[in-house]
Amino acid sequence: MYAYAARRILATIPVMAVVALFVFSLLYIAPGDPAAIIAGDQATPADVDRIRASLGLDRPFIVRFGEWVWHVLNGDLGQSIFTNLPVTHMIAQRIEPTLSLMVLTLILSIAIAVPAGVLAAWKHGTWIDRLVMIMAVAGFSVPVFVVGYVLAYTFALQLDVLPVQGYSPIANGVGPWLRGLVLPAVTLGSAFIALIARITRATMLEVLNQDYVRTAKSKGVDQHAILFVHALKNAAVPIVTIIGLGVAGLIGGAVVTESVFAIPGVGRLVVDAILRRDYPVIQGVVLMFSFVYVLVNLGVDLLYTVFDPRIRY
Amino acid sequence: MKRRELFGAVAAAGMLAAPNLVRAQGSKVLRFVPQANLSSMDAVAGTQYVVRNAALLVWDMLYGVNARLEPQPQMAEGHEVDAEFKTWTFRLRPGLKFHDGEPVLSRDCIASLKRWMVRDTMGQLIAARIDALEALDDRSFRFRLNKPFPKLLFALGKNNAPTALMMPERIAKTDPFQLISEYVGSGPMKFNKSAWVPGATAVFEKFADYPVRPEPGEWLAGGKRMMLDRIEWVIMDPATAGGALQNGEVDWWETPLPDLVPLLRRNANIAVDIADPLGNIGSLRMNHLQPPFNDVRARRALLMGLSQQDYMQAVVGENPDLWRPLPSFFTPGTAVYSEDGGDILKGPRNYEAAKKLLSEAGALGSKVTLLVATDVPITKAEGEVTQDLLTKLGFQVDYVASDWGTVGARRAKKDPPSQGGWNIFHTWHAGADCVNPAPYTALDCGGDKAWFGWPNSPEVEARIADWYAAPDLAAEKQAIAAINRASFEVVTYGPTGFFQMYQAWRKNVTGVVKAPFPVFWGVQKS
Repeated sequence: MYAYAARRILATIPVMAVVALFVFSLLYIAPGDPAAIIAGDQATPADVDRIRASLGLDRPFIVRFGEWVWHVLNGDLGQSIFTNLPVTHMIAQRIEPTLSLMVLTLILSIAIAVPAGVLAAWKHGTWIDRLVMIMAVAGFSVPVFVVGYVLAYTFALQLDVLPVQGYSPIANGVGPWLRGLVLPAVTLGSAFIALIARITRATMLEVLNQDYVRTAKSKGVDQHAILFVHALKNAAVPIVTIIGLGVAGLIGGAVVTESVFAIPGVGRLVVDAILRRDYPVIQGVVLMFSFVYVLVNLGVDLLYTVFDPRIRY
Repeated sequence: MKRRELFGAVAAAGMLAAPNLVRAQGSKVLRFVPQANLSSMDAVAGTQYVVRNAALLVWDMLYGVNARLEPQPQMAEGHEVDAEFKTWTFRLRPGLKFHDGEPVLSRDCIASLKRWMVRDTMGQLIAARIDALEALDDRSFRFRLNKPFPKLLFALGKNNAPTALMMPERIAKTDPFQLISEYVGSGPMKFNKSAWVPGATAVFEKFADYPVRPEPGEWLAGGKRMMLDRIEWVIMDPATAGGALQNGEVDWWETPLPDLVPLLRRNANIAVDIADPLGNIGSLRMNHLQPPFNDVRARRALLMGLSQQDYMQAVVGENPDLWRPLPSFFTPGTAVYSEDGGDILKGPRNYEAAKKLLSEAGALGSKVTLLVATDVPITKAEGEVTQDLLTKLGFQVDYVASDWGTVGARRAKKDPPSQGGWNIFHTWHAGADCVNPAPYTALDCGGDKAWFGWPNSPEVEARIADWYAAPDLAAEKQAIAAINRASFEVVTYGPTGFFQMYQAWRKNVTGVVKAPFPVFWGVQKS
């Protein structure tokens, strides 16, 4: 397995190279001009040209790409065109809120969705099953930003129990940190909970009809043990796969959730960068997200061996 | 760890954090939602209003305009000028210091002025007249000009970006087309660079050594007396800002959306008022180089059909207090305002006459590429009204919806629309920029060197030169009227109306004034 993990980690190098080329090329051909944005609306075309030249944006593609790749290989993602701050510094400033949001969302989603899916499968065809499925359909159907605004209106403006927006670093205390993240995590998790609950239910239904489950029942094994020890472990592989795939969805959803709740995370950073055409920041964040996603997939693949001993690498 | 121990630890952590939270939300800390993301901090290299607004806290100016746009001494103790307005000598106030503790010296001001003059329209006119800009001693310096420049004090004190901000010589030596990366000024607040999270938060802290002028503060003039220790700019979406203001999580919102204002007004703890008395002028910008609007008849036809009421209601809604018709290129309510030549925008709209004129120009039914930045509510609203207008006038409309970044790049292209160029885009100009021709780049008719659209009119240029040379208010009025007439003659652009926006703040914040930029000095929070 170690050899497999090492091979997979080495395989990230060509993946990252393709991502780098793709992102750089896409930004190169995309319309937009950071020089025009820096110059402001009142600047003359000549001013914009001079700023573009001072930023080196008038140089050929191959020169700019080569320079950027060289810096990346040296661990330097470059500097923001606008703030002159290193991209690594800007990402570091933003990583804690995004990581906090994603981890809390993941925990919340698994904690709610897996038991709900198991329950729905166990109580298949009853009102409990229907309720879980209705909630799942609602979670899929309502856009994240609508969920966010409704939650903020209800729990912050009407009930005044949670803040409308903002993020308090964990270093300032777990309480404020958690208070600021509850609504965003529920918002971001709404679709994810629905997805995991549905997959868990479907997989569990399949497993619960297997012969070994019937045998366990006939031997008088405790219902909870059947559900959570025998059935769920065997249903875990597709669930873990969906959770892994869903992390990509969470990254996308974090962009919207961070905007709705004014959380200073990486999602907002990349959206702002795209709107301003801050190329080094966009490239740096996309590279980082790609790397994280590759690692998450590797983690999921390795987890398969834990849940299913038949799988060997 | 047992479950109870874990819960206990979480609760204790929350309680321990409480004093921090309380301290951060004290009455000397103001949380402010600016109009846009503060993406850089150089109001000389860039002309974005939000950057200018932040820069005014950090950097001070030699002169500063008051609410009547009269320049008053700020860092300068005073000045002497000869009868011909050619030799100007300035003396700095004693005790001026930069935020790094260094004294403000003449050489810092000279370097700052040299950088500013490269980027500013008035600065370029001054630079073209300079024989010498020289330090006389550490606190005195002198302009020696070869031609009179009576409006020098206005140039130094105007609020329009690029603003003449004084910075240390080492920073001011930065290429004027490159953004500075060290933010050391001598203004009333220091910029806390380490707390800056671009796109989320910017923090300004009171500069204890700032020597406040004794006069009452008014816009950029007089005493900039800071009653706050810390100002936190927090950037957020409009809907989130509305909620945060209602919940008391922020104190002041610079530009609430008109749609949200009725909701804010219902909250007894929130005050709402006009933000900027000088307002804004909506702009329909035509490309003078490409058909059909390279023909002045086509441009005039568009003005004949242009209903400012339609545009303004699309931009600010039904509230009549927020807009007014503007048969002029200049900001209404100022001493020199003129409507000369603006009849084409008055009275009922005449589509048939407009079509007839288009037919004479051979432009009837031609294709028009309309760039619309749909991520900016004002330009999106204007774009939709223009699409309707163009359709009524019989044009084939190529409605190109994109974001402002894309429009900003494409509008610089002089090529035909079929090769990536354009015919019309929308923007708006701050009324403070349209009080006279000096900061008004959109009025320039210098052809290839003019602002996007590249209007060309020697007549407009000559009348602008008259204004610069005007020795008194009467002559300025006469020049402005002539500029307005000539601008309508050539249809430099289509003014779509005058509109104002609101600002909103919690009622425990006092001292908020109406101005073209947020004025933080004198603001208190209880």
